[in-house]
Amino acid sequence: MKKYALTLAASAAAVIGISSAAQAADKTKVCFVYVGSHTDGGYSQAHDLGRQQVQAEFGDKIETPYLENVPEGPDAERAIERLARSGCKLIFTTSFGFMDATVKVAAKFPKVKFEHGTGYKSGPNLATYNSRFYEGRYILGQIAAKTSKNHGAAYIASFPIPEVVMGINSFEQGAKSIDPSFKLKVIWVNTWFDPGKEADAAKAMVDQGVDVLTQHTDTTAPMQVAEERGIHAFGQASDMIAAGPKAQLTAIVDTWGTYYSKRVHALLDGTWKSEQSWDGLKDGILKMAPYTNMPDDVKKMAEETEAKIKSGEVHPFTGPINKQDGTPWLKAGEKADDGTLLGMNFYVEGVDDKLPAQ
Amino acid sequence: MSIFEAILLTVITASTPLVIAALGELVTERSGVLNLGVEGMMIMGAVAAFAGAQISGSPYVGIVCGIAAGALFSLLFAFLTLTLVANQVATGLALTLLGLGVSGMLGEAYVSMPGIRLGEIVIPVLSDIPVIGHVLFRQDLIFYLSIALVVGVSWFLFRSRAGLKLRAIGDSHASAHALGIQVIRTRYLAVMFGGACAGLAGAQLSLVYTPQWAENMSAGRGWITLALVVFASWRPWRVFAGGYLFGAVTILQLHAQAFGLGIPSQFLSMLPYAATIVVLIIISHNRRTTLINTPASLGKAFVPER
Repeated sequence: MKKYALTLAASAAAVIGISSAAQAADKTKVCFVYVGSHTDGGYSQAHDLGRQQVQAEFGDKIETPYLENVPEGPDAERAIERLARSGCKLIFTTSFGFMDATVKVAAKFPKVKFEHGTGYKSGPNLATYNSRFYEGRYILGQIAAKTSKNHGAAYIASFPIPEVVMGINSFEQGAKSIDPSFKLKVIWVNTWFDPGKEADAAKAMVDQGVDVLTQHTDTTAPMQVAEERGIHAFGQASDMIAAGPKAQLTAIVDTWGTYYSKRVHALLDGTWKSEQSWDGLKDGILKMAPYTNMPDDVKKMAEETEAKIKSGEVHPFTGPINKQDGTPWLKAGEKADDGTLLGMNFYVEGVDDKLPAQ
Repeated sequence: MSIFEAILLTVITASTPLVIAALGELVTERSGVLNLGVEGMMIMGAVAAFAGAQISGSPYVGIVCGIAAGALFSLLFAFLTLTLVANQVATGLALTLLGLGVSGMLGEAYVSMPGIRLGEIVIPVLSDIPVIGHVLFRQDLIFYLSIALVVGVSWFLFRSRAGLKLRAIGDSHASAHALGIQVIRTRYLAVMFGGACAGLAGAQLSLVYTPQWAENMSAGRGWITLALVVFASWRPWRVFAGGYLFGAVTILQLHAQAFGLGIPSQFLSMLPYAATIVVLIIISHNRRTTLINTPASLGKAFVPER
């Protein structure tokens, strides 16, 4: 039932988009599709900040209508198609679950350019872009290992897709680089957005003695629980310091604006090409929120690691690394290739969880 | 605090909104009106309670705002279905859609703002009892209200004259009307009571459960309460038990994961719904008791002869 509500909201938003297009036909339309609300304080808000940055930069030359709360599934296809028909020249679909819908619509509208965020399927008019979140999560793991008093942390995870599994593994790699006995517990909530359930998961973990929390879900609820229970946590997608002034150690912050701006430039210049972009800390698409609530030596370590990742000296997935069951994955000095990372469907050694079947 | 107490506390927090909203819907349905808009009324309550608490600085003002928002919003449903005799199912669904949209719009300014938590009321002496004292007598006002509501609704429906009239309307509005009972007026009040309860449940979400405002934060709990009323076969104490069963399964599956029991999380997430189906099968097995409890005029429009 909720799905219908969201579709209705999406259609209403699309209608608004179309009517504003009629007033300004000379402006180039660059459109965005969000899975959540543009003010969710997390993932979708981070994309919307990117959109606002582009709008401010290009001013009157472009307009940037967006659809929010678009459910992943058949409705997404309709929403994207509606945008394509309404005169959008470039459409950013910002969630992994929009992948197949974007592929289908892109095939139908060869003159419109599409960019799908965090997916892996591309086409002549369909580019993909992603951020190397795992680079940041490696730093979080290191900080967790220094901060936790009982050699462990809990990871509130949404769905067992490669992106999430990769993040869990990178966090564990970072933690193990400091504390080889570090155990990472994973708790699956099977949702991106349910503050109540995310809070319940956080409480369950704290009640079982976990003192560092990290999350790959979209609301600030786990951070809020960490603040109330006096433990530490990491923000996700946005700086969540407002929800956890004493709890937040740092956050991985998505800053899509730079990428969006680059692509809109290419569109206006006529140099847009379908590419598969995967930038990280070095390119500024991923930033770390200020390191707070930690001793100076931990902060120094985090800053050093950040610099080393930027320079390429540290890669979170550098061998020797074993898979969870102890079978070797990477030989000493060997680095994981992007293809393996993007399709990651196994845990590395040290993760204290059984990966749900996909 | 032991882990046992900690689990009990989270179970209570998760179950309370379900119990409250389901009790309200139970009274509405006992009067013969099917209001599928619980999700919408709940989310309106959540946003109003959050806004009220922020503006006034007091969570108690927030509670009042939440209740008022739920009741007023249900008045719209009552007017459409009782006065204009619109289809109850369609109107209820529309109420949910409208509530989700309007609350998102009204709440935009409050997103990611730190919330105000409703404080605990410590009951002297009783709160010193080991385990139970901490869990039951150091709770927030809304929890105490939920218990009072179970007792009150149960007494009202089965022990008071007004409750007898309300049930009579739900079972046969034509006969009740012939006896001179005010069908439409009673139904208006029943719908508004349901709305007020849903609003209170929403206030619990944004003031106790997760003191914050996020769009769609009711996350389908309104739909669960609708199932809960059927699950409880329109009995207040069974609503109470069912609400806690749902809450417990949700919480325990998270703890089971944290303990590292190797059960797939998707399976555990599904358990509350599987439990509903099982109970529905069990209660429908005895067709006579089901029929006795189901209000016979449920969902049927009443048009008085002139």
